[in-house]
Amino acid sequence: MINIYEVNETNQMIENQNLDVRTITIGISLLDCIDSSLTKTCDNIYSKIMRIARDLVSTGESIEKKYGIPIVNKRISVTPIAIIGGACCHSTKDYVEIAKTLDICAKKLGVNFIGGYSAIVSKGMTKADRLLIESIPEAMSVTDFVCSSVNVGSTKTGINMDAIKLLGDIIKKTAEYTKDQESIGCAKLVVFCNAPDDNPFMAGAFHGVSESDAIINVGVSGPGVMHEAIKHARGKDFGELCEIIKKTAFKITRVGQLVAMEASEALHIPFGIIDLSLAPTPAVGDSIADCLESMGLERTGAPGTTAALAILNDQVKKGGVMASSYVGGLSGAFIPVSEDQGMIRAVNDGALTLEKLEAMTCVCSVGLDMIAIPGHTKSTTIAGIIADEMAIGMINAKTTAVRVIPVVGKGIGETVEFGGLLGYAPIMPVNQYSCDEFIERGGRIPAPIHSFKN
Amino acid sequence: MEKGIITVVGSDQVGIIAKVCTYLADTNVNILDISQTIISGYFTMMMIVDTSRSTKEFNVLTTEMAQLGEDIGVSIKLQHEDIFNKMHRL
Repeated sequence: MINIYEVNETNQMIENQNLDVRTITIGISLLDCIDSSLTKTCDNIYSKIMRIARDLVSTGESIEKKYGIPIVNKRISVTPIAIIGGACCHSTKDYVEIAKTLDICAKKLGVNFIGGYSAIVSKGMTKADRLLIESIPEAMSVTDFVCSSVNVGSTKTGINMDAIKLLGDIIKKTAEYTKDQESIGCAKLVVFCNAPDDNPFMAGAFHGVSESDAIINVGVSGPGVMHEAIKHARGKDFGELCEIIKKTAFKITRVGQLVAMEASEALHIPFGIIDLSLAPTPAVGDSIADCLESMGLERTGAPGTTAALAILNDQVKKGGVMASSYVGGLSGAFIPVSEDQGMIRAVNDGALTLEKLEAMTCVCSVGLDMIAIPGHTKSTTIAGIIADEMAIGMINAKTTAVRVIPVVGKGIGETVEFGGLLGYAPIMPVNQYSCDEFIERGGRIPAPIHSFKN
Repeated sequence: MEKGIITVVGSDQVGIIAKVCTYLADTNVNILDISQTIISGYFTMMMIVDTSRSTKEFNVLTTEMAQLGEDIGVSIKLQHEDIFNKMHRL
């Protein structure tokens, strides 16, 4: 039988170490909403989302009460809209209408975000894909809760450099369109390589075409719990450190699994996956950087940081897969800058640079995330940053992503406030040398060889 | 049987157990086990209860017990036992 110390340990995690379930995300296929009329398509999308996700928020709240654990976000992801609007959208304005429909659904249902304003263009772009991408700046400026993502490469197909060049411009434009709100539009836009079909985390969530009609995916969290556990391993060798991380990841994930099963049963929607990612929040004590520093680093960014992150990422997976039979999504450790107090401190102290962050993305679950850069950064430079990150994903057969925000009117040394879960960030310097000619080439980077792994 | 775990944490005072038990009796919740100890200087009590024949829904009990705690000046939580079983048992 459960004893008082175990009960106390769980409740300490919830009350003092920010343990929560980060998100319950319903993935909804919109393939059956396609119509040649834009109005009809929007109507179909509206009715389907409202029908399937009707009880999402109330169910989430009820589970919170039953188990006494906060469920921070309730979200929806949908089939990439480039596909859904292919038959009825003839201009960027048409796509923006669909974005508005999604935004209305999010507001009426009370969900935190709706993801899937997306295009998958790893090898080439259809006319519809291009229109959707070109509509992103306006779509992000006229909606509040819609998130957008573009997958521009994969290990199997190589990298679509035409799309990356276009996205360099689109990111700049999105920043410009939302300049009155600190260019926040860019915080809702992610560029991916090897994007998974079942990711529950925003801004990059979409419901892939390989998925069923509707599915429940759950993202766990818990950097605060992990930090507390690692603190108790001070002075112990790596074997013991890894054991502690694994055990803690197991406990966190089991809670996620419990919530996922409960939500799936209550909503009559099948359970998809648990995403094992450790996701920080701007709250003090809910930081990945703190976890890394408690392993023995003076500041995140110091030599040893990449190794520490590799340990954390791998052990979280090892503990987590034991706790759930279906693990998917991004699963690992997120290292967003603006959403993590410890990361912000490391940047402000001069310990952490964009280049070190890039190295860290080789061993963590996503990539260059929530990084504010000077507003005057050239679009080709942004494209170059994306290309570098996509190359890491393609060659290492992992998911990588870029979410950078060129904040209009701000330069190095200034700070940008996004508010809420998105936090705040110091503007980071970017390498000033040009990659114009490289980006101007256009075309595709061929798929990599899958042997001779060196 | 639907088991819940009640935890009461706070500074020790006269009548905490009496008030909690009165509420449970009024709502027809059966107490299966009680243990108490001091953890980090705080009075900590744990009760394992059966809520299956309660006159109120589990989520209503949760809200009312939290309110009772506020009235007494301690923290009272009722949680379904599965969160602890899943986390601490294979």
